[in-house]
Amino acid sequence: MKKMLDLIVTENNQLNQNYFLLKLTTPNNEKLPEMLPGQFVEVRVDNSTSTFLRRPISVNFVDTEKNELWLLIQVIGDGTRQLSLCKIGEIVNLLLPLGNSFSMPQNKNSELLLIGGGVGTAPMLYWGKILKDAGFKPNFLLGARSAKDLLQLEDFSKYGEVYTTTEDGTAGEKGFVTNHSILQNKDFTHIYTCGPKPMMMAVAKYANQKNIECEVSLENTMACGFGVCLCCVEGTKNGNLCVCTEGPVFNINDLKWIN
Amino acid sequence: MDKLKVNIGNLELKNPVMTASGTFGYGVEYSDFIDLSKLGGIFVKGTTLHARQGNAYPRMAETPAGMLNAVGLQNKGVDYFVSHIYPELKDIDTNIIVNVSGSTIEDYAECAARLTDLDKIPAIELNISCPNVKEGGMAFGTSVCSAAEVVKAVRSVYNKTLIVKLSPNVTDITEIAKAVEAEGADAVSLINTLLGMSIDINKRKPVLSTITGGLSGPCVKPVAIRMVWQTYNAIKIPIIGMGGISSWQDAIEFILAGSSAIQIGTYNFIDPTISEKVLIGIQQYMEKYKVTHISDLVGQI
Repeated sequence: MKKMLDLIVTENNQLNQNYFLLKLTTPNNEKLPEMLPGQFVEVRVDNSTSTFLRRPISVNFVDTEKNELWLLIQVIGDGTRQLSLCKIGEIVNLLLPLGNSFSMPQNKNSELLLIGGGVGTAPMLYWGKILKDAGFKPNFLLGARSAKDLLQLEDFSKYGEVYTTTEDGTAGEKGFVTNHSILQNKDFTHIYTCGPKPMMMAVAKYANQKNIECEVSLENTMACGFGVCLCCVEGTKNGNLCVCTEGPVFNINDLKWIN
Repeated sequence: MDKLKVNIGNLELKNPVMTASGTFGYGVEYSDFIDLSKLGGIFVKGTTLHARQGNAYPRMAETPAGMLNAVGLQNKGVDYFVSHIYPELKDIDTNIIVNVSGSTIEDYAECAARLTDLDKIPAIELNISCPNVKEGGMAFGTSVCSAAEVVKAVRSVYNKTLIVKLSPNVTDITEIAKAVEAEGADAVSLINTLLGMSIDINKRKPVLSTITGGLSGPCVKPVAIRMVWQTYNAIKIPIIGMGGISSWQDAIEFILAGSSAIQIGTYNFIDPTISEKVLIGIQQYMEKYKVTHISDLVGQI
């Protein structure tokens, strides 16, 4: 069930010049609603005259022990800049949980690769945790412009092997995620990806050629987040579908990206 | 609660607070957030005779205090509505009103005719003001002759309450309002979105796939209030006012300008519970000023 909730900021950590990690909990120790990996929230932005709509943000992590929701946010415009200024104890209003989720593989021997690029690494942390809890050994392939943009590496390493690429070669292998040697050296059965659309399309093409199951998480611009404005549609083999309700996670076989 | 009851043609509303087509899906999308039965009515997504895929993505551009959209009436067609969606809605304890659109006069009339026999659809809202379709839509609502023609055709096949949704993209909205009144419309609703445009300065391209789109949200409210007031002074049939309502104060303003009832649109995206809050605010305002019936406020400036 979707809810509109006021949550309290427990931490707001600037991770680098453009990214910050917002941690939120409920007032009165009420339990956070259950959130699935791949789902997102819509955050209301107050105090920004140029921001009218809520901002859709991936669930980065759910710390069930501390009853905390983590949101990894990239500062792009004034809306995200205002959110970056939230102080501990402030209230942030959210709609959650929204959208579908990544699908759990059937076979426990599945070889899983979770590929994130830029802020698209955000949902992979929570998905990796859920996969590890379910008995899988996920691998993470994370891409960024530069070493300073590779975020949460310690957190990722708790749940699986971490491989990285940077465009300037300051960390991991130089180049894009699709150039990483792990794609040549290891056979995967499932790939899950989130990041810039050209990156996801390249990953989808690779997965399709190798006959690997592949799910992508899209971030088309949206106004509502719960299937009423019909602005965020992606053209699929089943017509125009809302990314906010039929997605954000799609199997590449349902999209029109390949062929 | 009788002091909130409103009649629009033969349509009986338990209160004047309704939600606008294109912002509220089929209502059920909001059932996690609010009790739909508290609403005076729900105007469901624009419906056409044949299914429409709508326009290409991108369909949305955020603007200061509002947004542009270019959805283009994506819907599965009236027959799908009748067979698959209506059964899910018919037990909601409020008025479900279908917004009807088309590319030709025949399409409008046929679409309206197929909704006539649905017991729980007491009214339709004729959309002659959609700015996002190539043919029809707003073209009908921007000339007196074609507006009159389409209303006449639908009136002849539809005997329940007929509401006509007017476009603000005209020189004189009262001329159109008078024409649809003369052809037997039971009420008018206004305003639909204002034609607008937004440019991505980095790409040097329009943001929307259709170049232009419909502007909505709090930024359009003063234009809407002005048009409601002008129309109130020009016609006798009731007005359902809308355009940027984001609070109960806005709703009262629309009522004072001449609206018998109101619709909340774009702001539902920001606060999906806004309609309940607006209703509570209207009741408190009426208590504060000892207003005995909501109709005593209509046009009282």
